Amino acid sequence: MRKLLLVALLLLAAGMVSAADTPFEFKDPKVERRYQKLANELRCLVCQNQSLADSHADLAQDLRDEVYRMLNDGQTDEEIVGFLVERYGDFVLYRPPVAGITYALWFGPALLLAGAGLAWWRIGRAKAPAPPTDPAEAAAIAALTGRRNEPS
Amino acid sequence: MRFVVPLAIFIVLVVVLSLGLKLDPRYVPSPLIDKPAPEFALTRLADPAAPIARADLLGRPLLLNVWASWCSACRVEHPLLVDLAQREGVEIIGLNYKDTRPEAAAWLKAHGDPYRDSIFDPKGKLGLDLGVYGVPETFVLDAQGVIRYKQVGPMTPEIWRDEIKPLLAELQPAAP
Repeated sequence: MRKLLLVALLLLAAGMVSAADTPFEFKDPKVERRYQKLANELRCLVCQNQSLADSHADLAQDLRDEVYRMLNDGQTDEEIVGFLVERYGDFVLYRPPVAGITYALWFGPALLLAGAGLAWWRIGRAKAPAPPTDPAEAAAIAALTGRRNEPS
Repeated sequence: MRFVVPLAIFIVLVVVLSLGLKLDPRYVPSPLIDKPAPEFALTRLADPAAPIARADLLGRPLLLNVWASWCSACRVEHPLLVDLAQREGVEIIGLNYKDTRPEAAAWLKAHGDPYRDSIFDPKGKLGLDLGVYGVPETFVLDAQGVIRYKQVGPMTPEIWRDEIKPLLAELQPAAP
C-alpha cells in the first residue's frame, strides 16, 4: 500500500516537472533566459493560477509558441508583453502596472499591515494600567505594595 | 461604545466578502471592447479556396460566435443560436476555432448551421488576435467592425434578452 502511494506520488511529481510539452531550442542562452522569465511572469488565462511556463492548457502552449516566435523575430520583452496585454489585458501579467485600478492591490497589504500595527499598539497601551497621577494615591499604593512607584 | 469598532470592521468584511462571492473569477475584462476588430485573411469553412476577411463583416451589426466541434459548451448554446438566426433573423458569423474542416462540417450538419458565413481558423490565429481564451465566445460587432461587447462562455436566453438584443437594436442603423 505504501509502495503504491509512493509510486503514485512520483508519477504526480513527474507530471509537474515536464510542463513545457514541446521544449524549445535556443541558440542563445541569453534568449532562453528571457523566454523563461517571460513564461514565468505571464499568466495562463485558462488555468488562472498558473503561469504560461507551468500550464498544460492548449492556450498556454499557443501563447508559449507565440512568445518563442516573437523572441526569435528579435522583438523586445516590452513588445512581447505589449502584444499580449493588447489582446488579453493586464490580466496576463502576474505583475500588473501601478494604475488607479490596481492601487488596492499594490498598496492594500501595506495599509492593512499599518492598520493592524496601529490597532495592536493601541490595544497594548489600553491594557497597561495608567500610573497614578495623584501623589497621595501613589503613596498609598507604594505603602500597600512595598514598592515606590514614580508617577510619570 | 467599545463594540462599535469591531462591529464596523465586521460589517465592512461582510460587505467585501459578499461582493467577492458575486464576482466570477473566470471573468477577464477584454481590452478589445470599443476597439476595431482585428484584420484577418482566412478561408471559409465550407471551401478552402474561398477567402474571407474583415471587410466581409462590415456594413451591418452582427454577432461573431467562436466555436469548435470539440467544445462541449458550444453544443449547449447552439440551439439558441439556430433559433435566433431562424426566427429573429440575427446575423451571426461563425469563427471555427482550432478545428478540422470535416469535423466542423459534420458538427454543423448534425446540430444546424446558424451562420451567415463561417471563418475557418485552424491555428487559432484570429482567435489569438481576438483574445479568445475559452470557447464559446460571442462578440457583438457594429456596422464599422468595432467590437462592442464580448460574452465568454455559452450565451443564455437571459444574456440575449438583457444584454445583446438591446445592444443590437441600438446599433441598427435608423430605418430610412
